Amino acid sequence: MSAIDTPLKPKDFKSDQEVRWCPGCGDYSILSQMQKVLADVGAEKHNTVFVSGIGCSSRFPYYMDTYGFHGIHGRAASIATGVKIANPDLTVWVITGDGDGLSIGGNHFIHTIRRNIDLKIVLFNNRIYGLTKGQYSPTSEVGKKTRSTPFGSIDNPIHPIAVALGVEVTFVARCVDVDVKNMISVLKRAAAHKGTAFVEVYQNCNVYNHMAFAYASDKKTKDDHVLYLEHGKPMIFGKERDKGIRLNGTMPEVVDLGSGISQDDLLIHDEKAAEPTLAYLLSRMRYPDFPEPMGVFRALEAPTYEAVLMNQIEEATRQKGKGNLNELFGAGDTWEVN
Amino acid sequence: MSTVTSEGTQTHGESAKPIEAIESAIVRFVGDSGDGMQLAGTQFTTTSAVFGNDIATFPDYPAEIRAPAGTLAGVSGFQINFSSRDIHTPGDKVSALMAMNPAALKANIADLEDGGLLIVNVDEFSVPNLKRAHYESNPLDSDAFDRYRVYKIPITKHTFEAVKETGLSTKDASRCKNFYALGVAFWLYDRPLETTLAWINQKFAKVPAVAQANTLALKAGYHFGETAEIFTVRYRIPRAKLAPGKYRNLTGNQATALGLIAAARLAGKPLFYGSYPITPASDILHELSLHKNFDVRTFQAEDEIAAMCSVIGAAYAGAIAVTGTSGPGMALKQEAIGLAMITEVPCLIINAQRGGPSTGLPTKTEQADLWQAIIGRNGECPVPVLAARSASDCFSAAIEAIRVAVKYMTPVILLSDGFIASGSEPWRIPDAADLEKIEIKHADDAETFQPYERNAAGSRPWAIPGTLGLQHRLGGLEKADVTGDVCYDPDNHQHMIELRARKVQNVANDIGDQEVFGEPSGDLLVASWGGTFGAVWSAVQRAQAEGHKVSHMHLRWLLPMPKNTGAILKRFKKILVCELNMGQLQFVLGGHFAIESEGLHKVQGRPFMIGEIHEKIVQVLGGQTP
Repeated sequence: MSAIDTPLKPKDFKSDQEVRWCPGCGDYSILSQMQKVLADVGAEKHNTVFVSGIGCSSRFPYYMDTYGFHGIHGRAASIATGVKIANPDLTVWVITGDGDGLSIGGNHFIHTIRRNIDLKIVLFNNRIYGLTKGQYSPTSEVGKKTRSTPFGSIDNPIHPIAVALGVEVTFVARCVDVDVKNMISVLKRAAAHKGTAFVEVYQNCNVYNHMAFAYASDKKTKDDHVLYLEHGKPMIFGKERDKGIRLNGTMPEVVDLGSGISQDDLLIHDEKAAEPTLAYLLSRMRYPDFPEPMGVFRALEAPTYEAVLMNQIEEATRQKGKGNLNELFGAGDTWEVN
Repeated sequence: MSTVTSEGTQTHGESAKPIEAIESAIVRFVGDSGDGMQLAGTQFTTTSAVFGNDIATFPDYPAEIRAPAGTLAGVSGFQINFSSRDIHTPGDKVSALMAMNPAALKANIADLEDGGLLIVNVDEFSVPNLKRAHYESNPLDSDAFDRYRVYKIPITKHTFEAVKETGLSTKDASRCKNFYALGVAFWLYDRPLETTLAWINQKFAKVPAVAQANTLALKAGYHFGETAEIFTVRYRIPRAKLAPGKYRNLTGNQATALGLIAAARLAGKPLFYGSYPITPASDILHELSLHKNFDVRTFQAEDEIAAMCSVIGAAYAGAIAVTGTSGPGMALKQEAIGLAMITEVPCLIINAQRGGPSTGLPTKTEQADLWQAIIGRNGECPVPVLAARSASDCFSAAIEAIRVAVKYMTPVILLSDGFIASGSEPWRIPDAADLEKIEIKHADDAETFQPYERNAAGSRPWAIPGTLGLQHRLGGLEKADVTGDVCYDPDNHQHMIELRARKVQNVANDIGDQEVFGEPSGDLLVASWGGTFGAVWSAVQRAQAEGHKVSHMHLRWLLPMPKNTGAILKRFKKILVCELNMGQLQFVLGGHFAIESEGLHKVQGRPFMIGEIHEKIVQVLGGQTP
């Protein structure tokens, strides 16, 4: 047992279990960054809970030396909700994937977010079903050929950040598995957020969907395909930082800086905007037409579910006094038999 | 059934009409869903309970909130059996039927006893209303009802007249009809008005005109009984000789809620109740959400699965964690119940059973989820199952279920049903100080802690997040014995399945011996479980009084069963299993004990009548009365 007054190191968050993801899987990087982030933010192992559903990503809790619960398919957010309501003092992370969180667990995904209960949901999006060996997922692109779609997928994909914004998520961000610096920054922001924090991680499944996010992860090309969001800053991207995003009517457009266009013409990122309009617009910017935004789309302060619930309990207790069983039993119309 | 006692007739107060003392009566209010029959019935119940009768009620309402007015589909009813002796059911045949329209009359007349009182709101027997009820002509004009004592009262007209001075709209005035009908019933059975008057004033405190109108309608109905020339007699049901104590009328759902709050308090824990609205279980959620000052944390989940999973999370984190549902919701929860079982977290699932399969008969009662409780999950997944036997019994059943859940670290299923969940009876209010504490010892020693090490009961430790040094991981993958690490070893899997099954069997050490009502051996043992207790026990008592060698075994615990259950079954020549399904307990008993039995199976969405069970008992015994 580590004493709490000694700062913990990333390795202190490693459990004694052998990690069983495929060699080269993007999950390894997310696990490492999470362990680093928890150490950096001074998390306490005994007050931290990781809850997951089913899928490759959902093995994550076994590898963390915190409390953990490996649930059933799609239901991680619901289990985590119970944990948080029972003990609001705990820090609760939900680890899920695109199949787990958006397909079988889609209902819980939206309802958990709309409640703004203080859970940190990290969704590993690899656009494929890995654990069941290669079927298309709800985030797979139209036309994708997989074992269950040999003639190409005919489903329109779901865009998790857009969905989260649709239910008024108070914190939403995106990062890429191999972009360590950005992931650490995003996870730290999520850790600090009070309310539901949703983080989409582009994660490479090197067995069933290799290089799905190469445009955003390949060092040679990513600067032209990724837009790092910074609050209060103009939206500039490109290896030479010579491109930007400008609003044309209600549509964003990519513009080259210099030829009569300056930074003043560009969209300024505002993660604290009360309306989710800008964040939604960003969520619609997709490769190859646009650089895909990374970082924090939206971060708002709002009352959390568990805080309001506990307030109601305190208020009821203040008004009626701490519950007395005999008073409860004997309430209403009663009569005596002698 | 009502019978005239030797006390004969007497007069009461200023009333000029003779009062006949009878032992018990069964009154049923029937009308449209919008007629307020449930309210009239509830008020009659409360008044009778406060007066000191033993009571049993049976609310019977349609699944539609407001089916088209005047149709058979929209008929809603509330039956009360109130008695001066110990009763166990809402009764078979009705002594007085209060029918607010032709459809209500048509749907209920078959249940009125010969010679019974039929009170109809004659104003509603218009040609269109008769047509809606599929009457070709007015049955009140025929001789079809000669065997009843028929009282045609213009309830609508009288109500309008009574409330005229309040200035209420026609629509609002019309809604007072139920109080007029209630007033008539109160007069007829010599009930005091005070309890209902107090209720009206409290309920409608913010709308004085409505309070006044309901008061006027109630009194008008009462005075009509007194002054009109049509009633020649009224009745009085003396107080029942219940066990001494303070009483209150409770539905099964209310009793369940109070039991859960008590259990959490006895355990010194917050109560977490995660649930999704479903008939007939929702009232548990409604009741619990009122009592936040007991640290009750209710969570209305987005669906049944989320409700069950939230319970698992709350149990893991150390709360007394409970969900309530009915058949269809139970089916949705089953995968998650399997997760609770393999992770061995303590929690309670309440199933207020209703008519199935699928959506079935949402507002009607049935006992067809026994198999679903016992064997309804994938894999080898036994969980303890018990069933409450009456509305008030739900209180102690809830506490007992929690006690077992936390001691054995297991999900427990508590079965109730629509009949006892919504029906009510007097509950002798316990003293909280007499309720035994629920002792919980959480794991706290990081040096020796192993997540899957077992104690003498066969339970693993309950180590809750927030405890220093006890970080561990639970999950639905098979776990290695003792360490709880993920383990696919074949022998370990068999070992763990056996350990979990043995643990559930160990519950039998805590539940005592099975009781037999009557002689310990004989010609016939009638077996039953759950909410049918009252009807079956009453029927067995009747057969015993006739000299039959018949006894009654009512199972509270279905999994595991008390250790002496098999021995009891072997001491009787014949076994008759009575249940509101097609033979689910019968099948289980046959499987466990290799016995042959006969069954009485009723699946009509209605509770058993005493008479039909008695008839079956006599038939199984050869049809002859000793």
